[in-house]
Amino acid sequence: MNSIALLSAAKDGILTGSIYALMATGLTLIFGVMDIINLAQGILVILGAYLSYALQVHWHIDLFVGLLITIPTMFIVGIVIERLFMSRLKGPEKTAMSLLVTYAVSLLIEGSLNMIFSVNDVQLQGWYVPKAFAIGQIHFGYVYVAGFILAGVLLSALYFMLYRTRFGVSVRASLADQTSAALVGIDVRRVSTITFGIGVAVTAAGGMIYGATNSFNASSSYDLISRLLTIIVLGGMGSLGGAMVAGVSMVFIGDMVGVIWSPVWSSMSYFVVLVIVLLLRPQGLFGKQLTRAA
Amino acid sequence: MKFSKAKYLRAAAATSIAGASLLTLAGTSGASSGGLAKGAPVTIGISLSLSGDFSADGLAFQQGYKLWAADVNKTGGLLGHKVVLDIVSDASSPTQVVTNYQDLISVKHVNLTFGPFSSLLSLPAAKAVARYGYALVEGAGGAPSVFQAGLHNLFDVSLPVANDLVPFSKWITSLPKAKRPTTVAYVTSNDPFTEPQVTTIEPVLAKAGIKTVYNHVFPAEVTDYTSIADAVAASKPQVVVLGSVDVPTVSSFMQAFEQSGFSPKVFIATGGPDQGTTFLKAVGAKNANGMMVPNAWYGGSSNPLSKKMVAEYVKLYGGTASQVSSDVVEAYSVGEVVAQAVKATGGFDNKKIIQYLHSKVTLQSAQGPVRFNALGMNTTPTAFTFQWQGTKFVQVNPAGDPNSVPVLFPKPAWGK
Repeated sequence: MNSIALLSAAKDGILTGSIYALMATGLTLIFGVMDIINLAQGILVILGAYLSYALQVHWHIDLFVGLLITIPTMFIVGIVIERLFMSRLKGPEKTAMSLLVTYAVSLLIEGSLNMIFSVNDVQLQGWYVPKAFAIGQIHFGYVYVAGFILAGVLLSALYFMLYRTRFGVSVRASLADQTSAALVGIDVRRVSTITFGIGVAVTAAGGMIYGATNSFNASSSYDLISRLLTIIVLGGMGSLGGAMVAGVSMVFIGDMVGVIWSPVWSSMSYFVVLVIVLLLRPQGLFGKQLTRAA
Repeated sequence: MKFSKAKYLRAAAATSIAGASLLTLAGTSGASSGGLAKGAPVTIGISLSLSGDFSADGLAFQQGYKLWAADVNKTGGLLGHKVVLDIVSDASSPTQVVTNYQDLISVKHVNLTFGPFSSLLSLPAAKAVARYGYALVEGAGGAPSVFQAGLHNLFDVSLPVANDLVPFSKWITSLPKAKRPTTVAYVTSNDPFTEPQVTTIEPVLAKAGIKTVYNHVFPAEVTDYTSIADAVAASKPQVVVLGSVDVPTVSSFMQAFEQSGFSPKVFIATGGPDQGTTFLKAVGAKNANGMMVPNAWYGGSSNPLSKKMVAEYVKLYGGTASQVSSDVVEAYSVGEVVAQAVKATGGFDNKKIIQYLHSKVTLQSAQGPVRFNALGMNTTPTAFTFQWQGTKFVQVNPAGDPNSVPVLFPKPAWGK
């Protein structure tokens, strides 16, 4: 092990982790407001990547400029999914049923993507994708740095929306207690629909960065969703700050262990941390204490 | 309700007998299919990875199988029976592949079975198929662990993977000392296809004085390879041996290397660069220049059976010979070998087909001659090393082979 490798791993952990944090934010926001575990989040990330791919290949639109189209498009996709499927889930089995419904949605999207784009791997291209700049002997890929900045901007915008707008107050009230929120006049249904749309919209950005740093096909979603779920469990289901901390720490821990010890232990090391945290704080790092009716 | 130990044992025994009887019945119905009614089609059951980690390879395999079936049907089918392929998806799952073959044999009563993609799936598939007495001829399950199971019904028409990198190691060690690289990094996925290849050549290169500066295994489920690639780059090896199964792994390493300003003199990957167009699309033609991969076949092969298959493939799917994935020919060869066994045994009796394939007979395929040993391993193929040179995929090792061209060494810098 040398110091360059160690510093590079730390850099990779932070830059890549921020992208995962962005993708997981949508998942945790949706769970927090709607009690829905969105298993389709992984395939929605890939759908976001394919949208960027289509814009690039057919209309030669730059990946970052394309976000002006893909983010609103994914927001609408989220609204449609919520209206068609999620809004029908009610009652005490809602969360459990959401697993089945979102898995079905995931399969539907995966099949459609396979039909449209085939199962052959593709990768998003741009002049900046393979380029990097160096500080000392540490190289920073432009696309990773841009992804880090993009994640920062979008997560800041989300925070601003949640803590500085009237809609944010409604979301936070719904996060805290849907019944009480409804009693004080908040349209919880509308809040849920828009929140689902926002949760899906952020996948457009996450998907674009993922697609520029990895070649992918629709099946890439399986590895993604397992990662995203573990991030929100570690961070605390429904906690935005938790998703951010867990997203960065998950990749950071894995990358550091990979360099110090061996890559074969990188995934396991993260799960060891996850188990320890859950033993000490079953609600995750920033989750609320769970209460269960007797 | 109390359930005594004796009752439990009786129930277990009854269940086992019933299960065994069902298996026997199912197996018999398949095994006795040698006498198909006149005009009835012969159905071949195949489980392929049409989604999941191996989906790109699964698709190429499907093309190979379909191409073979179309060719056979053009000439009247197998013994006058039209070939019908029943292809089901296993989502790259070793458990689903077992369910699929059980279903294909015991419910759908297919007459023959062809193998899935990858060693990871071929072994459980062959075990499942063996219970019904069926032969499993496959084209992508050449890992040592597959043969170590000692299955009598398993036959791999392709090159056993353990020796894939041997010509490459011979070439490296044959270089004059002044030109020979001095450092090497081994980085491999924990996959039965990749690890044996890497471990085979490591002592050979070490003996030739090539120092190992990085040697690690990474889990197959890794989604971001940047930190691993950066660690390899930081060790500054002149040769990189990457144990990869698919295109995304190779392209991620290539991109990370390029970003970190690292270009090795030699870069060989066990899988990915052999995927023709898929590889070129993912990495770009310029970056592909100089990338190497071991295999037993390439699109420019002079084997007449290969030429015929490549011409038909290009006519059907477009592209050039260099862009034909090696998965296609591996699948196509399975069909060719089984067709010869069916013809020789005069029917579709799996027991007779297994006996015939074990009879040390030499069969012909687009990949070259095929002769199986007792473990179902093809003993005849020669390993080659191929390299992308510009947009052409050419054979570069063994050095003395008339079809080999000189290696592009050192590998040009990225994008050159």
